Amino acid sequence: MDIIEVKNLTKKFGSLTAVDNISFAVAKGEIFGFLGPNGAGKSTTISILATLLKADSGEAIINGFNANTKRNQVRKSIGLVFQDSSLDDKLTAEENLYFHADLYGVDKKIFTERLPEVLKLVDLWDRRSHIVKTFSGGMKRRLEIARGLIHYPAVMFLDEPTIGLDPQTRFNIWEYVLKLKKEKDMTIFMTTHYLNEAEYCDRIAIVDQGKIVALDTPVNLKKLVGGDVITLAAVNLDKLKSEIESKFNLKVKAHGGKLIIEVVDGDKFLPELFNELKEKILSVELRKPTMDDVFLNLTGKKIREEEASGKEMMRKKMRMRH
Amino acid sequence: MSLRGGAIATTRQSHVLYILIKILPPLYLCGICEIASLHCVTLAMTIKIMNELRAIYTIWKRESIRYVRDKARIFSTLLQPLMFLVIFGAGLGGTLTKGNFGVDYIIFMYPGIIAMNVMGIAFFSTVSTVWDREFGFLKEILVAPVSRTSIVVGKISGAVTVASTQALLLLALAPFMGIHLNILIIIKLFLFMILLAFAISGLGLLIASLMKTTESFGVIMQVMIFPMFFLSGAFFPLTNVPAWMMILSRVNPLTYGVDGMRQIIITGLPVEAAQKLFLYPVYTNVLILLVFSAVVVSVATLAFNKRS
Repeated sequence: MDIIEVKNLTKKFGSLTAVDNISFAVAKGEIFGFLGPNGAGKSTTISILATLLKADSGEAIINGFNANTKRNQVRKSIGLVFQDSSLDDKLTAEENLYFHADLYGVDKKIFTERLPEVLKLVDLWDRRSHIVKTFSGGMKRRLEIARGLIHYPAVMFLDEPTIGLDPQTRFNIWEYVLKLKKEKDMTIFMTTHYLNEAEYCDRIAIVDQGKIVALDTPVNLKKLVGGDVITLAAVNLDKLKSEIESKFNLKVKAHGGKLIIEVVDGDKFLPELFNELKEKILSVELRKPTMDDVFLNLTGKKIREEEASGKEMMRKKMRMRH
Repeated sequence: MSLRGGAIATTRQSHVLYILIKILPPLYLCGICEIASLHCVTLAMTIKIMNELRAIYTIWKRESIRYVRDKARIFSTLLQPLMFLVIFGAGLGGTLTKGNFGVDYIIFMYPGIIAMNVMGIAFFSTVSTVWDREFGFLKEILVAPVSRTSIVVGKISGAVTVASTQALLLLALAPFMGIHLNILIIIKLFLFMILLAFAISGLGLLIASLMKTTESFGVIMQVMIFPMFFLSGAFFPLTNVPAWMMILSRVNPLTYGVDGMRQIIITGLPVEAAQKLFLYPVYTNVLILLVFSAVVVSVATLAFNKRS
C-alpha cells in the first residue's frame, strides 16, 4: 500500500519553478530519501506534502487524504521535524511534548503512557524536566523527533534532520531513525544533501532543479556508475585526458582540478594505466562508487559545491541574532 | 360463529401484531438512527470545538508560562516605566507646577505610563510572532491540526494576559505617589487594561501577518511605538495642541487608553481642571477601543488565514 502518492506536482515562485511536475509514491514502512543540493526543491516538496504550501497543480495524497483539501486529516497523519528548531526553548522538554499533544488532541492518559516511550527512544528521558535552551543541537533535534512521534503519525517527515550537526551526532540521529523504522514500522520521508546519509534509505529520489532525475535503491543507483572510480591529479590535465581517451577508449571527466574515470575492475586497470601513460601523474585514488559519483553522473555537478548557499548563510545569521 | 369471531380476533390481533412488528420497529430504528446521526454530527462538532478550545488554551498557557519564567523580562519591563516616572516626574515636576494640571505632574503622567506599558508589552508579544514564524514555535503551531482563528485567539489572549498582569504590578506604585486606589478603581482599571491590551495586540498581530520579512521587525517597532507613545497624551494633555498633532493623536488607539485610564485614576477634579486634562468620557473611550479591536482582530484573522 502506498502511503504517499504524488502526481504531477508543480509549484512556482514567480518565474522560478521550485517543483517541476514530479510524481512518485512511497510504500508503507519505507525510508524514502530526497537527495539534492540546496534549492533543488526538496523543502518545497515537503512543505506541500505537510500542507504548509499549496501546489499550483498536481496532487499529493498522504495516508489516503488529499493534502490540499483534507488538510487537518493530513496534519494528524504526519509528524514533522524541521531544518530549524521549532521547539520553545524557554519550556522544558516535557512541556514541549505536552503542548504538542494538546495541539494534536492526544488524550492526557495516552500522553502519559507515550511520554516515557518516545523520550526513552531518543535517550532524553533523564533530561525531561530541563529547559530546552540548555540542550545541544543534537539533543534538540532528537527532542523534535520525539515530539513528532507523540501523536503516532503514519508518516514522519524529516527535513534535513542532521544538518548542522557533528558527524557523531549525525550517526546517532540515524540510529534513532532506523530504530523508529524497526520498532514502529513507520514510514519516513526525508530530505538530505549529505550523500553518505542517503545510503540509509530504502529508496532515493535524486532531485535537481525541481525534477526527479533518478529514483531507485542506493545499490541500483550506484550501478549507474560504471564500476570503480579512479581519480587522478596531474600537472597537465588536458594532455593526460586526451592521452587516456585515445589509448584506452574511455570517457574521462575533468572535475575540480582532477580527472575522473569509471572502470569495471579498477585494481587491474591501474597497473595497465601506469605502464601505458607518458604524461606525469601526481596522485591517484581508487574507490568504490558513492552517491556523490551517482549525483555527478546524473547532473554533471557535485552536490557539495552548492553547500554554503546564501539561504544557509542567512539562516546562520538569523540564529545568531535570535 | 365462534370460529369467525376467533378469526376476526386473530385478524385484529394480527393487525396489531403487524403494526407492532413490521411497521413500528423500522420507524423506531429510523428515529434512533436519525437521533444517533444527529447526535454524531453534534458530537463531531463538539469534539471539534473542544479541540479548538484546547488549542487556544494551549497557546495561551504557553505565553503565560514563558512570561512567568522570564524574570529578566518582567524586571526590565517594570524598570522602563519606573524610569519614566522617576526621571520625568522629578525633572519636570518642579517646572510644571500644579496650576497647569490641577494635579502633580507625576500623578498626571502615571496613568499614561501604565497605558504605555500595556501597549509596549502587548505590541511586542504579538509582533514578535514574525520571529516565531520563521525560526520558532509558530511553525510547530502552524502545522498542527488547529484552525488559524484559534491560533490568533490564543495568541491575543496570551498577550492580553501578560500585558494586563504586568500593568497590574505597576499599580503597586500608586501609594508612593500619593494616589488613592480603591478596589472599584482597580477593577475598572484592570478591565480597561484588558481592553487596551486587546486592541493593541490585535494591531500587533495584524502588522505581524502583513510583514514580509523579519528584518522589518525592528523598523516597525521603532517607527510605530515611539510616535504612538509620544502622541498618546501620556506626557502632556492633548487639549491644547496644534491641529496636526490633534489629528495624529486621534488615530492613535493609545490616546483613548491613556485618556480612559487617566479619568479612572484621577477623580474629584473641579470641572474646569477636568476639561483641561480629559478628552472624552470614559464610555466613549471604551466604545472607540471596542470598535478598533473588532476591526483589527478580524482583519488580522483574515490576513493570518491568507498568509499561511
